[in-house]
Amino acid sequence: MSARQPLPNWVTIVLMPALNVLLAFIIGGLAVAIIGENPLTAMWALFYGAFGTGMGWGFTLHYATNFIFTGLAVAIVFKAGMFNIGGEGQAYVAGLGAIMVALWLDQTHWVFVLFGSTIAAMMMGSLWAIIPAWLQAKRGSHIVITTIMFNFIASAFMSYMLAQVITAPGANAETRTIAEQGRLPLLSDWFDAFQYSPLNITFFFGIAALIFTYVLIWRTKLGYKIRTLGANPEAARYAGISAVYVIIISMAIAGAMAGLMAVNEAVGVQKRLVVGYVHGFGFVGIAVAFMGRSHPVGIALAALLFGALYQGGQELAFELPAVPSDLVVVIQALVILFTGAMGEMFRPLLERIFARRVNPAPEAPTTAETEA
Amino acid sequence: MSPTDIILLLDSSVRFAVPLMLAALAGLYSERSGIVDIGLEGKMLGGAFAAAATAAVTGSVWLGLAAAMGVSVVMSMIHALASINFRGNQIISGVALNFLAAGFTVFLGHAWFRRGGTTPNLRPDERFSNIELPFAAEIGQVPIVGEIYQQLLSGHSIIVYFAFLMVPVTAFVLYRTRFGLRLRAVGENPKALDTAGISVALLRYRALVVTGLLCGVAGAFLSTAQGANFSENMTSGRGFIALAALIFAKWRPWQAMWTCLLFGVLSASQIRLQGVEFPMIGEVPVQAIQALPYILTVVLLAGFIGRANPPKAIGQPYIKER
Repeated sequence: MSARQPLPNWVTIVLMPALNVLLAFIIGGLAVAIIGENPLTAMWALFYGAFGTGMGWGFTLHYATNFIFTGLAVAIVFKAGMFNIGGEGQAYVAGLGAIMVALWLDQTHWVFVLFGSTIAAMMMGSLWAIIPAWLQAKRGSHIVITTIMFNFIASAFMSYMLAQVITAPGANAETRTIAEQGRLPLLSDWFDAFQYSPLNITFFFGIAALIFTYVLIWRTKLGYKIRTLGANPEAARYAGISAVYVIIISMAIAGAMAGLMAVNEAVGVQKRLVVGYVHGFGFVGIAVAFMGRSHPVGIALAALLFGALYQGGQELAFELPAVPSDLVVVIQALVILFTGAMGEMFRPLLERIFARRVNPAPEAPTTAETEA
Repeated sequence: MSPTDIILLLDSSVRFAVPLMLAALAGLYSERSGIVDIGLEGKMLGGAFAAAATAAVTGSVWLGLAAAMGVSVVMSMIHALASINFRGNQIISGVALNFLAAGFTVFLGHAWFRRGGTTPNLRPDERFSNIELPFAAEIGQVPIVGEIYQQLLSGHSIIVYFAFLMVPVTAFVLYRTRFGLRLRAVGENPKALDTAGISVALLRYRALVVTGLLCGVAGAFLSTAQGANFSENMTSGRGFIALAALIFAKWRPWQAMWTCLLFGVLSASQIRLQGVEFPMIGEVPVQAIQALPYILTVVLLAGFIGRANPPKAIGQPYIKER
């Protein structure tokens, strides 16, 4: 075909990601069929587990809160044209700051715990992000590789801290539990619907973080600089924008975002710090940011999808023991693959379909529209 | 430490280094062709599962190796499809492959073997056994030289010898063959190759097939030579250490081998260094030694010791002008 019609906006923003996600679920379903179980039953269990009950919703939103934080950590830096793959390590190290302050203040009141640990988590997360940022900005070392390395360094450092330094007496590689009066309130204290779910007050921080990011990126001078650097580094340089400054600041904000996950997960729910508490959620953030096209609204939806997957997966393990809950990891991987790495897969097909609709050619080739 | 201790330490270092070497060489082909590969970990993991599962079911370790290579190549081709055809983000694709392997291996392992994600234990004849070089026992009586022969050179599985063979082979391919010249060129300046009438896509596909094959061997080594079954996440970051080694070696085969051996020594000495008091420093935590490969790579990348310049076109999809 010669002249390409640009696709309508809603197709690229809504339809293409939706088709990609659908394909991921179809292949996930095939995997279920391979092991001889009914894919529809499994998918229904996933869906019902995530959204069927108030408790399910509570868990889904709780996981989604984690993913909002780690997703924003990737997205903000991505807007500056960089790739922060270190959310995992940033959230892990932030856990140290969060739990230290929480354990220090837990005899007072949860308000102090909340704000104290939030500030500490954001600072530690930032710190862990600023070092790779500085190395990228000043020394030119590739931020992807450095942040990967920093994830592993964080993991070793935290195992050391948890096993040798801040270990609770008698425990194996975990801290003491936060005292009763210092624990963050759960939303189920106010809304009966969320009973037995870990959804806590940090959820509102997640919403605030989304709004903050929107304002930051699209309504402030710094956001303009970030977007300019991401869109065209050369133009940014001529406009007098310091790349060093923008990279370091955006990574600092991203690290702080990733750090907030520590408040939600470690302080809010687990109430202590354990080895490997981040549990790969930092990496899921990459998928969330990509699926959400680095836009707060998209990230909210993508975080909800992944939150639902995680929660649904837990329920699946109860409902259908024959289907291993690792199905969730498979679907998650496929979603990352199709929306992140192969996002343009359906573009040629859709372009053909929409070109015909706009300008119906008499002998348009009958391509299979049954795809997906 | 007596000479015997040192020899034994080096021997276990070699065992730690071999999967790293294979994965690093695998990554070398991919990255030299201009495709970032942070999915080495996933391909190894997929290969390890395929090898152990196939060997357990068929009883043949060679079929296991073939299955490992097959699975790993398929994963590599997914990466190729995403990075070359769809011009997708290669880092995202790598992340996806790592998750895909982590999920699928446990998912299928649970469903097929019902042992909580591990595969059944392999009998000795279902694994790669250690090869005794001729007269190892006799020569081993000679102090030091004989011990080196018996402990260090003899008594490894065939994959170990294969890994060391692949170093000169890769060096030869890279620097002495037409394919190698083009591979180096396509990672630096794909346009030049395209202008010369060589298909960039085809060349990169071929490089990624080699990457897949070598990662498969690395995975098979873990589950059928070093270990006797597959267990959840058994690669435990080796793919990333291999990536670090590759960068540390500045994308060159011999240097990659030495780096992997160095990282192998670090791993092997972890247990020995536990609780040892160093002069001036005091006791070094195990975790510090675990983190050392990563710290060294960061320091190198920052240009504090030498400079690691990646292939110029790495990570960028090649778009032919219309």
